[in-house]
Amino acid sequence: MRPLPDPDDSSAPFWDAAARGSLALQRCAACKAFRHPPQPMCSACTSFESEWVPASGRARVWSWVVAHPPVLPAFADKAPYNVVVVELEEGVRMIGNLLDGAGDDIAIGMEVVVAFDDAGEGVTLPQWRRA
Amino acid sequence: MAGSLHAMRDVAAIVGIGHTEFSKNIGRPERTLALEAIKAALDDAGLAPSDVDGMVKFTLENTMEVEIARNLGIDNVRFFGDVAYGGGAGCGAVGHAAMAIATGMAEVVVVWRARNRGSGGRPWASKGNRVGGDMQWYLPYGLSRPVDQIAMLARRHMHEYGSTDEHLCAIAMAFREHAQNNPNAMMRTPMTRDDYFGARFVSEPLRLFDCCLESDGGLAVVLTSAERARSLRHPAALVRGFSQGIGPRHTVMTNYFTPDPLDSPGHYAAKDLWNNAGVGPDEIDCVQIYDAFSPLVVISLEAYGFCKPGDGGPFAASGALRAHGGALPCNTSGGSLSEAYVHGMNLIVEGVRQIRGTSVNHVPDCETVMVSSGNGVPTSALVLRRA
Repeated sequence: MRPLPDPDDSSAPFWDAAARGSLALQRCAACKAFRHPPQPMCSACTSFESEWVPASGRARVWSWVVAHPPVLPAFADKAPYNVVVVELEEGVRMIGNLLDGAGDDIAIGMEVVVAFDDAGEGVTLPQWRRA
Repeated sequence: MAGSLHAMRDVAAIVGIGHTEFSKNIGRPERTLALEAIKAALDDAGLAPSDVDGMVKFTLENTMEVEIARNLGIDNVRFFGDVAYGGGAGCGAVGHAAMAIATGMAEVVVVWRARNRGSGGRPWASKGNRVGGDMQWYLPYGLSRPVDQIAMLARRHMHEYGSTDEHLCAIAMAFREHAQNNPNAMMRTPMTRDDYFGARFVSEPLRLFDCCLESDGGLAVVLTSAERARSLRHPAALVRGFSQGIGPRHTVMTNYFTPDPLDSPGHYAAKDLWNNAGVGPDEIDCVQIYDAFSPLVVISLEAYGFCKPGDGGPFAASGALRAHGGALPCNTSGGSLSEAYVHGMNLIVEGVRQIRGTSVNHVPDCETVMVSSGNGVPTSALVLRRA
């Protein structure tokens, strides 16, 4: 079965928002620094206070790979498949997949926008498409 | 503060090395491998198990101090500990052993690593389908294998600094050349450029020969005081200094979420290593760099200052890493890419051989060796010096 997130106290708001079709980012309520992955404290100012803010949904590809077999059994039917790290406008980075990309035509710096992928079991994964 | 660390310079030494054979299916459990390796290291040192009073291991290690001690008849262990973060731990474990000796907590300390991959599966493979912690951000997207995680960094390094797969090919070929002289090495067939580029992609941009071997085996080293080492049979490999390093905002094995992911844990361990050892990269005669994947060699060469930032690729491809004639002989027994992959313990053992002058690819006048542990993960590094 495909690996799916097991939300914790910090990450639950992210996954809940995704299930509603929204890309949300944790932001420190004290110093307004965005952070991802979500965590209890702000690394910059150590505040425990945070808020959740809708992201613009726009990002650029920071790097990418194409995974070839042998991969985890859950992904075997997709291989070879791409995985990207994107850098959002808000300055944080996320791991995802480019839903409409093959390995040959992904480029670092390419503009992408968020898309939502129903992964089953009530889980929606934020993903990316070319802008 | 740093001054007190200098008090441990050259106070402890590696005096014994031992290991099993390396294979894909060794047919013996990890406990047996550990015992064989530790016994061999003690025999090599000319010490008895009853001499041992300290034990340091990887947190990754499945074997336990109590079963090792019980089997070997070690009746009193006065210092024991383990070092975290997978393959980043090896040099740190040797360093902790050296600290125990320097402080008088123990006199004879063993450090070991035993692995039988069939006995536990790949440690990073998920067991259920729900994944918590840091991996919830990686696994649902299929960025699941260490090779995928490092490949992501490798491509970014290519983008930022212009490193290429030609550079990675040169690294793989150099270490395979070294392995050809090594009867313990798992991969000894010559590798040509066509072999490298003709092999399958595993995670683009990385190909088969960019990836370490999959190995079962056990290795161990024994440390004691430099003073006691003088009465033992081999030239001592003094622990000149060691360091450990975690950089800012770190996450698991690779850290895409920090401002500069290419600012590796090795960059941080490097500063302290040279300060603690009181030597610099120019004084290193031979280097053993953790090579789970070839781009880690590029990144680590830069991190430890063996070349300018961003120059790791061209430097590696210049012939500098070759055991015979290179300016900086590297991974002279074949490394993780061609000898065996046991979380870098074989690199430490080869470092000791170079100090002793017993490597199959001996570096003439080798006096000072640097060893690094896994980069990308919280890391450690070691400088060994001939007594």
